[in-house]
Amino acid sequence: MRRALPILVVLAVLLAAIAIVNPFFIEPAGFLSFVRRAAPLVILAAGQYLVIVAGEFDLSVGSLVTVEVVVAARLIDGDEAATWPVLALLIVLGLVVGLVNGAVTTLLRVPSFITTLGMMLVLSGAVFLWTGGAPRGALSQAFRMFGRQTGWAVLILVVVAVAAVVLMRANFGRTLIAVGDNERAAALSGVRVTRVRIIAFTLSGLSAAVAGILLGGFAGVSAQVGQGLEFQAITAVVLGGVVLGGGRGTVVAAMAGAFTLEALFTLLNLYGVSGALKFTVQGVILIAAVAAGAIRLPFLDAPKVKGDAHAVS
Amino acid sequence: MRFRRPLILAAAALTVFAVGGCTSDKPSTTTAADTGAGAAQTAAASTAPASGTGEQSKFFVQADYDAQLAMRSQTAEGPADKPWEQAIAPQMVSTAEYKKDGPYHLCFSNAAVDNPWRQVGWKTMQAEVALHKEISELTALDAEGKDDKQISDISELQAKGCDALIVSPNTTATLTPAVKGACGKVPVIVFDRGVETDCPVTFIKPIGGYAFGADAAEFLVEKVPAGGKILALRISPGVDVLETRWSAAKVAFDASGLQVVGVEFTDGDAAKAKGIVNDYIQRHGKLDGVWMDSGATSVAVAEAFEDAGMPVPPMTGEDQQDFLRKWKDDGLTAVAPTYPTYQWRTPIIAALKILKGEEVPKTWNLPQPKITAENLDRYLQPNMPPLHYALCGCEGMPGFPEKWGGK
Amino acid sequence: MTPNVLAGSRTRFAALANPTSVVFLALAGVILVGWALVAVDGGQFLTMETVVGVQQRSAALGIVAVGQTLAIMAGSLDLSVAYLISLTSLVAAVTMAGQDSNIVLAVGAVMGVSALVGLVNGLMISKLRVHAFIATLGVSLIIKGILSDLYDGPAGRVPESFQHLGYDRLGPVPVSALLWAAVALVAWFLLRRTKYGYRVYAVGGDVEVARLSGIRTDRVIVVTHVLCSLCAGIAGLLLASRLGAGAPTVGTDGGYDLESIAAVVLGGTALAGGRGGVAGTVGGVLLLAVLDSVFNQLEVNSFFKDVVRGVVIVVAVAVYARRTGLAGRRRT
Repeated sequence: MRRALPILVVLAVLLAAIAIVNPFFIEPAGFLSFVRRAAPLVILAAGQYLVIVAGEFDLSVGSLVTVEVVVAARLIDGDEAATWPVLALLIVLGLVVGLVNGAVTTLLRVPSFITTLGMMLVLSGAVFLWTGGAPRGALSQAFRMFGRQTGWAVLILVVVAVAAVVLMRANFGRTLIAVGDNERAAALSGVRVTRVRIIAFTLSGLSAAVAGILLGGFAGVSAQVGQGLEFQAITAVVLGGVVLGGGRGTVVAAMAGAFTLEALFTLLNLYGVSGALKFTVQGVILIAAVAAGAIRLPFLDAPKVKGDAHAVS
Repeated sequence: MRFRRPLILAAAALTVFAVGGCTSDKPSTTTAADTGAGAAQTAAASTAPASGTGEQSKFFVQADYDAQLAMRSQTAEGPADKPWEQAIAPQMVSTAEYKKDGPYHLCFSNAAVDNPWRQVGWKTMQAEVALHKEISELTALDAEGKDDKQISDISELQAKGCDALIVSPNTTATLTPAVKGACGKVPVIVFDRGVETDCPVTFIKPIGGYAFGADAAEFLVEKVPAGGKILALRISPGVDVLETRWSAAKVAFDASGLQVVGVEFTDGDAAKAKGIVNDYIQRHGKLDGVWMDSGATSVAVAEAFEDAGMPVPPMTGEDQQDFLRKWKDDGLTAVAPTYPTYQWRTPIIAALKILKGEEVPKTWNLPQPKITAENLDRYLQPNMPPLHYALCGCEGMPGFPEKWGGK
Repeated sequence: MTPNVLAGSRTRFAALANPTSVVFLALAGVILVGWALVAVDGGQFLTMETVVGVQQRSAALGIVAVGQTLAIMAGSLDLSVAYLISLTSLVAAVTMAGQDSNIVLAVGAVMGVSALVGLVNGLMISKLRVHAFIATLGVSLIIKGILSDLYDGPAGRVPESFQHLGYDRLGPVPVSALLWAAVALVAWFLLRRTKYGYRVYAVGGDVEVARLSGIRTDRVIVVTHVLCSLCAGIAGLLLASRLGAGAPTVGTDGGYDLESIAAVVLGGTALAGGRGGVAGTVGGVLLLAVLDSVFNQLEVNSFFKDVVRGVVIVVAVAVYARRTGLAGRRRT
């Protein structure tokens, strides 16, 4: 929890700043609506964390979210009875995509940046090939409920967050971090590196499926729903102090990073920072956060002199 | 051995030049007069900062604005049941020089098929081609939204022996040289977005963005009491066909007693639009109207009010089925100006006219209907997919509705 | 450093073990298959227009990818090239403002802006120890903000004389392809014939070992990023000349960030750095362009293209990983 402290402080400051401009924000309804809006990104960040802490990337989550929503709309096609079977199928789809990412990365030894970049192209191409270019069909009311009703969205978020924390405290979490920190040492001490990595990718796929269900529910069918989410999720994780290259950072901090990013967007909107310069602010904050972390960390905990600050995978 | 390879390549390259000689594919010289057609006369921003609409867009051209607003009340010439063959105030030009015998090979350089509007249009165009036996082939290249690829596509198409070239430009300014280059070789038809040259035989478009934006804004001015708070939602800045929509709305709002509390960009993303509306409701307590420059996110906007437990105020949309259905089911106070997808039929019709030597309008202004509460039922098609555009003019075509995703 | 160390025991496969050979073999294969497919479809593949088209289409991506090769070889990568291309196309066209006399000034301005961006990237990665992914992602957000604040559409105008760069050709070879060849040759020379090149391989191979052996690794990273950004700037100039104006979306529409990285790894350069070269990248870019051209001829739907592109990239890298895997373990 000590690692997560800096990002939690930043988050608290941002939330306070929002509350000053917009008093409604501190009321339960106002705050919960913020949580609901942040939920998909937080869930994606939790999934992305698992992959990043194992020393990998998952660039395919954005297009996977789009695929989930478009597939859901076409298969449900407005039929309430189809909701539950399709939901189950979406979860399986997310797991399978993650499994393929993991298998290609570990067994075929393709760097995950490339595996998931390829997956991104394949997914976005395949889904629109299937639907003839634009989404068709419609989502059912029961499906929309999860993303639209604040209670459901918040509940799902809480479940995912608790599950992620429990998972990281369990044996799996420790081996995952060990793999990201030093693959060889982990292998020598008996960790099944390949299997651990594949599970991490599979869970990232699952998180994208859940995020897709929430986003589709929140705003309905759209071909752009997942656009750019992969970079936002990675940004959120990194903001939380998790180090690209693996081995460092906590899942709580990663999820706090996602909340922080969402709070930052809300704040910039509230203060009316011109839409254009918003990106510039975001870029500066991203670099500053990581630079600050990189400079401070060596004093905080000495080990891991890997010097791979610029290595990709 | 591998160190030597580039040297060999270089030597090979030099040999090729020696054999090939020097050529240029550059389009012929530009004259100062035909660039930036409207830019010179851009009106100085009409100012009314109090209304909260900000500065007038630099894309605003007063003369075009006046012309488009006038066209709304003019009657189009042509068959009443086929708006895609109609033209408003046409200035006919002779095409005798292009007359030739069929069968015809048409070529089409498409900017992209990356959104539902272009998808519906592209399917409609293909169906139109299938209607004409005298067309032997349609060669179409998709530029995937890349200016540079479209420039290459246009020059590649010129080598395919096309009898006519149809272009839907990705960007006005940057595609102008390429279109100019093609004009000398084959009759060119431009539609949707224009180019900054009058060398194409005909330029096909609905009345235009000013009329779209004004239709939507005037509806809100009429329905929302003076002093009401209006939120304007736009897709993204800098797109000419969208800038005109907003600039016309701005003129209308500036002249009204309405207060525009915000102008925001949604990127066409429903979740983002919903979030923005949610923020504004929180910040201002309520909104009295929402103006939109396109319908892609209209349903999400209406839902944002429902989720906040509020009635949906007067709002604007477009002719997509999901919005029309929402409008009907919930009894919204709404209007839907259109940018009809039936304009994708017209270029094929125009190409055939040109190749048969029949006159065509220099600027082919298609009628641009708006959907109101009175005619909503005519356009609502429950069997069509949610993102289908009602004004495709494709209802009578072979393969309807399955080809367009309906059932 | 090269997989050929195993050549003694596997002489017959030596050529195949070299990714550069693989990519050029694949290129030849795609041309053959494409020619056959187009012929069956009733068209002609190897026409003058297609040959020129392939080169025109690949020149800008090729130039960026050469720069990206340097960055990746040094164990880094650059996600900011797409926005930098948009920015430099605008700087070029706005500075030229349609006047021949401003061309030199504009080229200088573009080079200055690119070098500055590269310097910032390099310093953040080496001195502030920010991961390249984050540093260059952050810089692209910063440039994106500046772009959308300053420009809301195409701006500036390129004079006629400068458009010769984008449209002229010598026989079947466009000037733009010559520019690409020149950039590639310079990069090849730097990598293979200079001390700088040796250091790039060393830093990309293992930055700690390089440092311990006395290489000033920070300087190598900074120089590499300046060179990479200069390549993006040259691509921006080329695109400005093609479009006749600068456009704030030309870089992102072209997807030059991820596509250049894809082309580099398709050409056999290891994403982790230290292995590969410019020749392979040229092959990778040409392979993508020829694929595109075949798809164009067959009028294949763009969604199908994406699927094929994705599969090709992953399969290619998996093949390289198998070939080189025998020589050494995957670096993590």
